[in-house]
Amino acid sequence: MDLTFWTYEGPPHVGAIRVADSMKGVHLVLHSPQGDTYADLLFTMIERENRRPPVTYTTFQARDLGASTAELFLKSLEEACDRFKPQIMLVGDSCTAELIQDQPGSLAESANLPVPVIPLELLAYSRKENWGASETFYSLVRGLLSRSVPAPDWVRPDRSDEKSPSVNLLGPSTLGFRCRDDIKEITRLLGDIGVEVNVTAPLGAAPLDLLRIPEADANVSLYPEVSDSTCTWLERNFKQPIIKTVPIGVSATMEFLKEVTEKLDIELPSQEFPESRLPWYSRSVDSTYLTGKRVFIFADATHAIAAARIAKEELAFEVVGLGTYSREQARQVRTAAKEYGVDPLITDNYLEVEKSISEAQPELVLGTQMERHIAKRLGIACAVISTPAHVQDYPARYSPQMGFEGANVIFDTWVHPLMMGLEEHLLTMFRDDFEFNEKVAPSHLASEGGGIKKDGESVEADSDLSQSANFTWELSAEKELRKIPFFVRGKARRNTEKFASEKGMTVINVDTLYEAKAHFAA
Amino acid sequence: MNEAVLAWDGQEKAVNHLVQERGQRAVFCGLTSIVWLHRKIQDAFFLVVGSRTCAHLVQSAAGVMIFAEPRFATAVLSDRDLAGMADCNEELDRVVGQVVARRSDIKTIFLVSSCPSEVIKLDLGNAAERLRRTYAGKINFVDYSGSGIETTFSQGEDSCLQSLVKQLPDAGNEDPSLLVLGTLSDIVEDQFRRLFEGLGIGPVSFFPGRAAGDLPPVGPGTRLLAAQPYVNETVRSLQARGATLLRAPFPYGAEGSQGWFRAAADAWQVPVTRFREVIGAPLERARLAVSQHQSQLTGKRITFLPDSQLELPLARFLNRECGMELVEIGTPLFEQQLMQVEKSLLPETVRLTEGQDLDPQLDRVRRDRPDLTVCGMGIANPLEAEGLRTKWSIELMFTPIQGFEQAGDLAGLFTRPLTREAQLKV
Repeated sequence: MDLTFWTYEGPPHVGAIRVADSMKGVHLVLHSPQGDTYADLLFTMIERENRRPPVTYTTFQARDLGASTAELFLKSLEEACDRFKPQIMLVGDSCTAELIQDQPGSLAESANLPVPVIPLELLAYSRKENWGASETFYSLVRGLLSRSVPAPDWVRPDRSDEKSPSVNLLGPSTLGFRCRDDIKEITRLLGDIGVEVNVTAPLGAAPLDLLRIPEADANVSLYPEVSDSTCTWLERNFKQPIIKTVPIGVSATMEFLKEVTEKLDIELPSQEFPESRLPWYSRSVDSTYLTGKRVFIFADATHAIAAARIAKEELAFEVVGLGTYSREQARQVRTAAKEYGVDPLITDNYLEVEKSISEAQPELVLGTQMERHIAKRLGIACAVISTPAHVQDYPARYSPQMGFEGANVIFDTWVHPLMMGLEEHLLTMFRDDFEFNEKVAPSHLASEGGGIKKDGESVEADSDLSQSANFTWELSAEKELRKIPFFVRGKARRNTEKFASEKGMTVINVDTLYEAKAHFAA
Repeated sequence: MNEAVLAWDGQEKAVNHLVQERGQRAVFCGLTSIVWLHRKIQDAFFLVVGSRTCAHLVQSAAGVMIFAEPRFATAVLSDRDLAGMADCNEELDRVVGQVVARRSDIKTIFLVSSCPSEVIKLDLGNAAERLRRTYAGKINFVDYSGSGIETTFSQGEDSCLQSLVKQLPDAGNEDPSLLVLGTLSDIVEDQFRRLFEGLGIGPVSFFPGRAAGDLPPVGPGTRLLAAQPYVNETVRSLQARGATLLRAPFPYGAEGSQGWFRAAADAWQVPVTRFREVIGAPLERARLAVSQHQSQLTGKRITFLPDSQLELPLARFLNRECGMELVEIGTPLFEQQLMQVEKSLLPETVRLTEGQDLDPQLDRVRRDRPDLTVCGMGIANPLEAEGLRTKWSIELMFTPIQGFEQAGDLAGLFTRPLTREAQLKV
């Protein structure tokens, strides 16, 4: 038993619904008690879908447990098949149904439905949502393609000259992060270098499309959390190489193009990408002020790793924390964390995340909606980079994360909540001016995610000035500290106390403050 | 509308037809009621013993992270617990220890059973008893079922209150007292207290109270007045202890609120003149406030999909005070004892359904094309996309809508989607 306050991921069957919901002509019959239908609102409210997800829930109650839940399942299955006329049906258990062991797979087999049925094993008590999505996608692809798997010694023939090089984009799903726009961006980018997209799945694909997957030269594992096991199976059985670079960030996008051209054995056109604006924006003088901004990152593994690289190499931030809630991908995050010299935080307990953020005192938090709430409470700027996300992170406008346009979007999204260079400069100059008081939050911080606390205590109530128990600040030192611009005051205070602690001092005066400043000047 | 129409006359009409349906139900389970219960009972903690689904459900229904550290959580069962590798009772004690260590301010911990914990027959009644002994004098433990196999949405609160009834002290006399049942927001509770005081009715207790330790005494003199329509089992348990149920409409709108207070006034034999004196001004305010919305609602057709058991009284309000035409009223559960009065106030021809068979019911909505459909969040946007206006039912649970002063707000919840429809040109 684990004490859980808020969860990052739903149960595995929510992952299964995401895959069914992403596709056309697929219907899922979920053996589940009354109440599990709440999952529908994730799709209709958060992703703002204009139709119900293609799921029929058996919604059994206590009185059914006494009678026959198996009959109820069969009745639901037959009615759903008749009403929705899907091309393929998925059947599975939610957590409670797993306990009553009706075995929807065998039941469905006995029902002789006019369409193929694929049973899902969703392991509700050991796995979670992303795994459920991955398992469902894998079961679908394997179920549809297993009969056409070539002999083990089969060698993939070279692409004929008439055929354009092509790939499949695998992994995008509803309730993923910006999938709708990412696939559009990546499809366009691949088109620019003469590569066609054969099938995109599960998002927007029909079962017949999945049958065409083997026709492509390679598979792009665009969202590894969902697509890795499918890509691995396709590589083993259909000898399709996997393109593993996730194109989030400018460098990663360039590497992605390089990997595509290498695996497809084509030339990378020596063209410029004028739509890639992040490099110049980052080099322009205004961005000087972004240098060394302390950033804390917590997300699904794919987005966390990509964000750390962008933060460090493309915006010149300092990564002060890196972690993920996806235990399945923990290894990759650990490796990345080592690179940035931070301790990896692998947990699905948001209280631990809050504690780490609070200790790291970052200036920007990049995370999920959970971290958005944590950052809001702590008065730290924040941008959402990964699921779980709330309705405002499913925007009306085009806002991909992948490719060059994705990098442009990321530059804007991350820099916006931070002080803009010029505004920060002016704040320093006029900080004593009553109209430009430090207690007044900069205009752009009043919006979402920039949450400086709005109560009367304002910034002063933050950690910047509050005394820690271990040190006594002399009044003069306290006054001097107040003269330091408030956005670096926390750091000054932290460094001074760290310095004092190293020197074994308990009283801090003005000299200590400047000695510490000199000590940490490097 | 004149007083004769608005005032409930205490007479009931012949019972009209009720169709029962069985099929897929698009309703929350009882765990969802934790979302409002934990806000009402401010020193209580709700610990669900269940699965990741339970945790995900409560946080999704709560509209995600609104609270820093909420006073509810889930003890998530894992493979180890199910395979018998870990003793569930020991594990539960350990998790309770963690909760207690984090929150020293908690006075009562509700152990809430779920579908999985009930299917594996984990006895939380025993656990509560054991933990009461362990934390004697410090923390009270109460168990109840919030599972989807036993409870539908608001029934979770009924189950919670019913479980608390066992702990209510004996009144020890036959002196009359009033017990108001069902969670009300604090502002509504305060308004009601003032009116009861003005009428000279008392002592009055609200159940649940603001603290879990507010346990009103109960005995043969206790008169029960249901402020929420879903407290059936709680009423039965209190009746078993000698309490009497006052028959009344529910306090929605001017008419409902008047009838509700009149039931209490009659039981206390409050003179008619005094009743008019005390209720007169708020009643007039309520009528005025509702009348501002009338022109937009009159003649409009409405369907309720089953949700919280509030459907019948709300339909009565919209029909009798706002002039709306009732197409279909779906309710998850129809209990004669509490609904008798409400049902008698509905038009005899209205289509009443108990339970649900979702897809055929949606087919009826599409055929009927009502001007407004009251439904859950999973269905609202899909219906909107088909050109049908909707009102999310969950808002009716989180907004103060009871009593005279809220009558206008209640009507406003139904006019908003129609106003929006009229204004939008895209």
